[in-house]
Amino acid sequence: MTAPELTPWDTVQIARHAQRPHTLDYIRGLTEDFVELRGDRRFGDDAAMIAGVGRFAGQTVAILGHQKGSNTKENLKHNFGSPHPEGFRKALRIMQHAAKFGFPLLCFIDTSGASPNLASEERGQAEAIAENLLVMADLPIPIVATVIGEGGSGGALAIGIADRLLMLEHAVYSVASPEASAAILWRDGAQAPEAAAAMRITARDLAEFGIIDEVIPEPEGGAHLDPVAVIAQVRTALQQHLDAIAAHSISALLEQRYHKYRRIGVVHERQAALFDSR
Amino acid sequence: MKEFLRRTPRYFTSPKQAEQQIPDDLWKKCPGCGELTYTKQWLDNAKVCPKCGHHERMAAAEWIELLVDKGSWQEHDGDLQPADPLHFVSPRNNYAEKVATLQEQGLNESSVSGNAQIEEQPFALCVSEFGFMGGSMGSVMGEKIARAAERAADEGMALVTINASGGARMQEGILSLMQMAKTSVALARLGDVGQPHISILIDPCLGGVTASYASSADIILAEPGAVVGFAGRRVIEQTIRQKLPPEFQTAEFLLEHGMIDMVTPRAELRGVLAKFLRLYRRQSVRA
Ligand SMILES: [Zn+2]
Repeated sequence: MTAPELTPWDTVQIARHAQRPHTLDYIRGLTEDFVELRGDRRFGDDAAMIAGVGRFAGQTVAILGHQKGSNTKENLKHNFGSPHPEGFRKALRIMQHAAKFGFPLLCFIDTSGASPNLASEERGQAEAIAENLLVMADLPIPIVATVIGEGGSGGALAIGIADRLLMLEHAVYSVASPEASAAILWRDGAQAPEAAAAMRITARDLAEFGIIDEVIPEPEGGAHLDPVAVIAQVRTALQQHLDAIAAHSISALLEQRYHKYRRIGVVHERQAALFDSR
Repeated sequence: MKEFLRRTPRYFTSPKQAEQQIPDDLWKKCPGCGELTYTKQWLDNAKVCPKCGHHERMAAAEWIELLVDKGSWQEHDGDLQPADPLHFVSPRNNYAEKVATLQEQGLNESSVSGNAQIEEQPFALCVSEFGFMGGSMGSVMGEKIARAAERAADEGMALVTINASGGARMQEGILSLMQMAKTSVALARLGDVGQPHISILIDPCLGGVTASYASSADIILAEPGAVVGFAGRRVIEQTIRQKLPPEFQTAEFLLEHGMIDMVTPRAELRGVLAKFLRLYRRQSVRA
């Protein structure tokens, strides 16, 4: 019984499937007594980013996640899961809130990227993302992030620095969406399928690069075919990782988080044979 | 790593080499106002048009020559070379070949890092090399920034970064995105020891560099007219299907919207940096 191998572009379609469980589905399936907390206390409330607190596995946790819609109406409400600066600043507020009360932070990544428009630039899209990265670097609470669908660019990373980074089997995570990558590399967004392959964006690729800590299996055909099963898989994985990191002191955790990100990258310390021989 | 730091840098484009690149033309036509300026006068003015103030791009070596005390520059990590972790192949942009071609032209990587002094005050300095793949941030730039932040923390001095970049290096995929995280964890530690990061945004600075270390700095300066933002103008115009005003995403636009501390003309930059280095020098605190 051999299922045909999915191409990276096939995987992108599964990761973006409208019926795939989104952040609010995970929140409903995983938590009790969830309360959504809204607004960045600076400018507004951004429905592309969900934030709140709830009970998970016997403790109060803080939750952040990009929210995509399952239909056009929902997508317009949630801006297709692409936050404006106020979305990232709401996330920042909840990160600091979680640290104040000692709540572990669970993040669900599902965005093609931060929203590119005039209003975002006026309100400092780059600064909003940059500030979250700096704060997550030494936020003194356990953080577990899960890529549940599409992880795209700085907009994904802005809630993605974590002690454990998990990824669903058919999720993708990339420096830019395949369409944007093709436009940047080849000035042709239509070559997105080729970019999806060249950019190495699947869970298997990210495991190979040592970026993610676990690939969470999906039902055959994808998470949209059995949301209950995949949410149960995510529950098990989150519990295991939260338990494992709870065994460490916060200072040990921050030290590990530092090294986890500090070591990422591949460089040669002298002129590489790779470039001599070609 | 200590042993590595003592090695002689081998790939640095020296200021001397940069000087030899004086254009043959006697006159320079300004891309800002179209006026002609005697080339020597234009170079003496650090490539700023004396008529309209247009700031022309400069190579990393020219920035170092302009800003730091004579003889104080010591390059670090100059022999870090890009690898090709994705084995990135493409009909038009084979990564390895592209890197080899640029290195034959004397450009090493998209960032030059070292220690320097201004008015005898030491600091760590990283300067973007926009001519190398649009100043894009891959593993090498991320590693250089992280090491510079650690060096500054260890040696108790400030970090200054001069940033021009098109964004993340696409050919390194997710590893380039993660350099945003890597530089951030290193800068958080610099902050923990009370040393400042001063970021200078020069034209153009976009994408992953602006959305990470360049914008989380304690002090942010920008050159007049520099284009700085997250998404590029072309992408935004395609998304919103309308033309953007000319001043959109300029240094002046950022200042007006509260995103930077000041717009600093090139001629004043050394003096401004000297002042900041004096003001933020660690003082003994009375209990
Ligand atoms: Zn001019």
